[in-house]
Amino acid sequence: MNLLNLLDKMCPDTKNADEKELFFSRREAFHRFGDMSKKMAMAAVPLGILSALPKVAKADTASLIEVLNYALTLEHLEYRYYQMGIDAGVIDGADTAIFEKIRDHELAHVNFLTEVVGNVLGGDPVMEPEFDFTADGNFSPFTDYPTFLALSQAFEDTGVRAYKGQAGNVMENDVVLTAALSIHSVEARHASMVRRLRTKKGQDSIKGWITEDSIGTLPAATQAIYSGEDNVMHGGVDVTQLTGIDSGAVTEGWDEPLNKDQVLGIASLFLA
Amino acid sequence: MKKDLIKPQGLVKNANRRKFLQKGSLSIAAAGLFMVGCNDDDDIMPPMEKEGVMLGSGDIGILNYAYALEQLEAAFYATVMQGGYFANASAEEKEIMGDLEKHERAHKEFFKAALGSAAIEDLEVDFSAINFDDRMSVLNAAKTFEDLGVAAYNGAGQHIQDAGYLLIAGKIVSVEARHAAAIRDLLNPGSTDFAGDDIIDGNGLERTLSFSEVLTAASNYVTTPIDFSQLPS
Repeated sequence: MNLLNLLDKMCPDTKNADEKELFFSRREAFHRFGDMSKKMAMAAVPLGILSALPKVAKADTASLIEVLNYALTLEHLEYRYYQMGIDAGVIDGADTAIFEKIRDHELAHVNFLTEVVGNVLGGDPVMEPEFDFTADGNFSPFTDYPTFLALSQAFEDTGVRAYKGQAGNVMENDVVLTAALSIHSVEARHASMVRRLRTKKGQDSIKGWITEDSIGTLPAATQAIYSGEDNVMHGGVDVTQLTGIDSGAVTEGWDEPLNKDQVLGIASLFLA
Repeated sequence: MKKDLIKPQGLVKNANRRKFLQKGSLSIAAAGLFMVGCNDDDDIMPPMEKEGVMLGSGDIGILNYAYALEQLEAAFYATVMQGGYFANASAEEKEIMGDLEKHERAHKEFFKAALGSAAIEDLEVDFSAINFDDRMSVLNAAKTFEDLGVAAYNGAGQHIQDAGYLLIAGKIVSVEARHAAAIRDLLNPGSTDFAGDDIIDGNGLERTLSFSEVLTAASNYVTTPIDFSQLPS
């Protein structure tokens, strides 16, 4: 993530000509500074850039920080979950590489979002919360592999819905939107893999995609993760009527978003 | 910022237009050869210009871009289900191919309906490079199409102006990613290919592709010339 690149994409969210002028002239100044010494400019960024941005852009930045800190909270949860699972030795040997790869991605997301929030947007990245993956003693993911897989699926499918729900909230910033979309599809790949792995092991009969709002064999407490996935109305059109394709397949073909409150409600089960 | 005041958009568009015209003339040449080769009666027909499609501009242009890709995917899976690979596939792979055919057909029909009179015409496809009797040939092509779809939606998102359209794209792209992971796992079961380093970088971000990169890749299978010169840049 290149700061100057990000600045280029920032919109002076104002119709006031003077404020626009101020934004562009200051951005240009940072470009010139960057030309003189990129390294120095990057180091000076948190102090320099924020005081120079017009207040309208600051407000925009604050909302980006809020969204990205929310995403960062979820990435902390996912990373810690996989790291603890790997450390506990609960994962079948044959599947180790899969979960190490997923762990690596979640750690990369933690580091990336921390960097963007802290060093590009000049905010305070959220610290890792304390997690209780037993959800008050209800689950044993680090001693029981099927439970580990079940919660992994729950977290990945939640992650997909969470990022999808934020796309519209970061769309004014092309770089942040593109980064969020690029994480979103990675979470979807993870979800597909873990879902199919559970079925291959005979623990469920689900597919890589979500049919209706089915939780399969997951615990009833996970229903909120799948509620609303049975939607067949898109752009005001009932796609089953439009195509004659069965409702199961249509619901599989579109994933649905969750808003922040819904996601944090789900995640709160696992906060200590 | 959606509009860059400095970028010489006229030049970019002219370059794209030129590319389109070159492609268009290739198709015309090919059509001419075809007619020389097979038309031995006395009818004198004017050389037929192969009709291209114009995606259009703004969000409509991007929806047409998505519609073009969904047409390609839907046509591919429809062909898969007629071939020897599918006839002899395992129960798991039959189920996956059957699902993907329905999902992509649903996406295609949805975009067609959503675009209404602004929708591009049906594209002509050429799958002669794919052997539909051969499992590896089919799965490798499926991998190409699904990965391409994900990268296309991820790259197009930043150009979409309407939050409603962006959400629709978001609802579809994660399903394409689920498909891509499953296909990759069929090709190399139990490996880390489902989310491989070839498409995901050190920051854990999946690759994005531009309109031009995606349509260049698609042009290996789509014979109808696609003019994307009015898409946002």
